[in-house]
Amino acid sequence: MNAAAVPRDIHAQLSAVTRVYPGAGNQQRVAALGPIDLELYKGEFFAVVGPSGCGKSTFLDVLAGLQRPTAGTVTFEGKPVNGEVAEGIGVVFQEDASFPWLTVWDNAAFGLRRNGVREAEVRRRVDDALAFMGLKDFARAYPSQLSGGMRQRVCIARTLVLQPRLILLDEPFGALDAQTRLLMGDEVLRLWRTTGATVLLITHALDEAAMLADRVGAMSARPGRFIEIIETGWPRGRDSTIVAQAGFGEITGRLWELLRGESMKAMGHATPSAAAAE
Amino acid sequence: MTRVGLIRIAVIAAAFGALELACRLGFIKHQVIIPPSEMATALYGLLVSGALNADIQRTLGIIAIVIAVSIVLGFILGLVIHALPRVREAIEPFFATYYAVPIFIFYPVLIAIFGLSPIPIVLIGVATAVVAMIIATLTGLDRVPPVLTKVARVHRLGKIATALTLQLPAAAPYLFTGVKLSVSYGFIAVIAAEFILSPAGLGRDISDAYTDFNNRRMYALILFLLLIATIINSALHALDVRWAERRTGGRS
Repeated sequence: MNAAAVPRDIHAQLSAVTRVYPGAGNQQRVAALGPIDLELYKGEFFAVVGPSGCGKSTFLDVLAGLQRPTAGTVTFEGKPVNGEVAEGIGVVFQEDASFPWLTVWDNAAFGLRRNGVREAEVRRRVDDALAFMGLKDFARAYPSQLSGGMRQRVCIARTLVLQPRLILLDEPFGALDAQTRLLMGDEVLRLWRTTGATVLLITHALDEAAMLADRVGAMSARPGRFIEIIETGWPRGRDSTIVAQAGFGEITGRLWELLRGESMKAMGHATPSAAAAE
Repeated sequence: MTRVGLIRIAVIAAAFGALELACRLGFIKHQVIIPPSEMATALYGLLVSGALNADIQRTLGIIAIVIAVSIVLGFILGLVIHALPRVREAIEPFFATYYAVPIFIFYPVLIAIFGLSPIPIVLIGVATAVVAMIIATLTGLDRVPPVLTKVARVHRLGKIATALTLQLPAAAPYLFTGVKLSVSYGFIAVIAAEFILSPAGLGRDISDAYTDFNNRRMYALILFLLLIATIINSALHALDVRWAERRTGGRS
């Protein structure tokens, strides 16, 4: 495998970050995350995989500024992120977050108009983003007239027009079928290459992480910590055809090796090593 | 027009035709109900003469005020109650049983306080209609997908901008249900209040015609109110269908 030519300028950083949810009433507090230390490099594609409920989405929320960390520090471009989403960060969620009362075009233009961008500039950026996402012919359609994959592309276009430098994707293809997910993966790779943005993808699909990312962080069961970060070594010009390469199987195999025990823990089972010892 | 729409019109026409025949053939006495064609003729005469103009203006004016106040007040109260979960928990049982209470029992009290002016009618109308709007607002805000709140934060929207640009449109279908109910309740309350005790208005007119055994005038006025209510509700329904088509892409 070729080593990925990833520049090593730090774009975002998490240092000793933890997130604990206080218990309500008689419930116990829940340690959801950490401690986590991670450096995201400028322009890289980083994926996070882990068992269900391990705190992947909490990790994204803390990095985005949607949640404050209980302890530790988060920085983006050298500035602290502390419970507020910084300018330059875009987030695409797993749930359909398109606005059903607006057309595809108006959905994409939403953020620009809120920011008071000139109408001519709004038109230019929205038209470009819709063309890029293959939605040009659906500009006047409403989200309800589109498939789930297309609605997710609308949300990506809405993020894209704001020209974010750090794009956070929270299982954006979770609700899509396998073939559509592969194709959407190609779209995201194209977007990543074209924009030069740093991309962080949260996913439960090991193959998706292995195909898309320069580095994949495997998270432990709750409280989520990185147990290993794997460099995939894919070239920047990759696409979904790399799933046919032998190296792809090695990466997914290694990820599963790391996560099998953690997934069993998350499900309340004994780990394979513990079971073997009995 | 759709096939269902045509069937709907045919059902209404058949009902009126059957009533017309029953009245004309003497199955229903003239002193009880007059034929629909006679109602229409009488209504036409009243409208052309201008004899109803003042009462129409007064009643429809009061209805418009009641509906506007109920919708705006109900929406604002809904927003406030939604933002205060403990207050909501405390008063929600009252909403659940509100329409089991005959609100009209307070009408004499309001007349005693405000006299025979439009104020008691407006108050009784608002009291009848506003809770439907509060409940609809609460339901609508409950159904706003939580992800939209996250989207608002990603776009760094303030609370008011979030409410106006995301929560309000997302809750709109439920709010519109509240609007439709407020219109219906407002209409009913105002006509009923005028009918019970009022110096003027269409409700009072119907009451007078009923007391005087003036069936032509009474049924003409009833027909007029039926037509107005049907036109308003049809317009609201058409708007609702149009917006629903946008949101669901024609799929229900």
